[in-house]
Amino acid sequence: MKNEQYELNCNLAQMLKGGVIMDVTTPEQARIAEDAGACAVMALERIPADIRAAGGVSRMSDPGMIKGIQEAVSIPVMAKCRIGHIAEARILEAIEIDYIDESEVLSPADDIYHVDKRMFKVPFVCGARDLGEALRRINEGAAMIRTKGEPGTGDVVQAVRHMRKMNQEIRQVANLAEDELYEAAKQLQVPFELLQYVHCNGRLPVVNFAAGGVATPADAALMMLLGAEGVFVGSGIFKSGDPARRAAAIVKAVTNYQDYRMLAELSSGLGEAMVGINPAEIKIIMEERGI
Amino acid sequence: MRIAVLALQGDFAEHEAIFGRLGVATCQLRQKQDLQQDFDALVLPGGESTVQGKLLRELDMLHKLRQRILAGLPVMATCAGTILLAQQLLDDPTVHLGTMGISVRRNAYGRQVSSFGTCGTFGSIENVPMRFIRAPQIEFCVPGVEVLSEHDGRITAVRQGRQLAMTFHPELGTDCRIAEYFLNEIIGAK
Repeated sequence: MKNEQYELNCNLAQMLKGGVIMDVTTPEQARIAEDAGACAVMALERIPADIRAAGGVSRMSDPGMIKGIQEAVSIPVMAKCRIGHIAEARILEAIEIDYIDESEVLSPADDIYHVDKRMFKVPFVCGARDLGEALRRINEGAAMIRTKGEPGTGDVVQAVRHMRKMNQEIRQVANLAEDELYEAAKQLQVPFELLQYVHCNGRLPVVNFAAGGVATPADAALMMLLGAEGVFVGSGIFKSGDPARRAAAIVKAVTNYQDYRMLAELSSGLGEAMVGINPAEIKIIMEERGI
Repeated sequence: MRIAVLALQGDFAEHEAIFGRLGVATCQLRQKQDLQQDFDALVLPGGESTVQGKLLRELDMLHKLRQRILAGLPVMATCAGTILLAQQLLDDPTVHLGTMGISVRRNAYGRQVSSFGTCGTFGSIENVPMRFIRAPQIEFCVPGVEVLSEHDGRITAVRQGRQLAMTFHPELGTDCRIAEYFLNEIIGAK
């Protein structure tokens, strides 16, 4: 696990900290995101809100389309593969993607196994709802974690729930006695060594971003206040009235999340936010995929 | 003594941790009013230079910081920070702080698959672990810029007066010797 490539991949996530990663579907959107201050873009054919609307099976995006986005911007480009889809992951690696998101937003390809991410040279980010899921993904080789939230809803409640749960469990593990860690590892279904890291350091071994339902500068600031190290914004930007302006405001809100006067200014006159749907209205619960 | 770390985006916490280990106080610069704090030196961390440069401008911090660096504020820049200091970017018309006589190419080594780690010599310090993460390259230096480190014929660290810039990340890991060099040879030098 402690090989050099893995550490370099964890390091790239460290460079993204304090930043906003934005979902984009075209080279033009990618340039808007970069100009607005995105620290990376996620290239995909359909943003989560449209995946929900379209229904059916959702797969890896066309590599040709992803390449177009790689050529359009100078910041890191990420793309999604289906959970457990080794071949999609290898295809994304072959086009030298900077980060693969093995994502519950797409239809899972394997309902038991995730991709063995240790076998890859390129880094992976994975979603998690709690400490157990996060450490299981890290054990498989994920170099970055994000909360799952509930993508494509514009409703931040699940992202908040997952970030709270994760950090609450981290605090609990940090407070355990050394000899209680073995039982905790058994309960959480995670390797002892990773749990020991959390116990000693009071944090995950990799960078942890918030994702899934962030739609406003205030949502982004909320996730930073709850301990996120950066924020993914999916449907929230390009489903809103003025994407460029909203994107730039969210970037500034993440940097100055504790300056409430600035947040008030940033939140003013942004136009319409994405409409959003609440948990009771959605049919597909993406957060339950790949646990 | 206090070192200000530009904390707009990137791995500023890692720099603060290194200086913390050396017992040196740090403060964060996130907005214009933070520039009124009392500090003796500046660190420009790794991250995305496009984001940091844009925020420096829009938060109205660029001009003031530039003036202070030109007036002799000691500065240490890593990776994206080096891009901010460069007087010229190749393939990019943007100039950010532009206080250092170097020309820099962004993402000179390619995408993340080409990121690498090595050990090298930095000035008279040997066996320094160096991580290059989607690193830029210093392609040209004006006279008066001292080259402190090279890898495979590419310049990786330079000094010009009280400005120190490198394309790798000494803040990743536990080796504090480059931070000590900054403290002793640049901030300490009169």
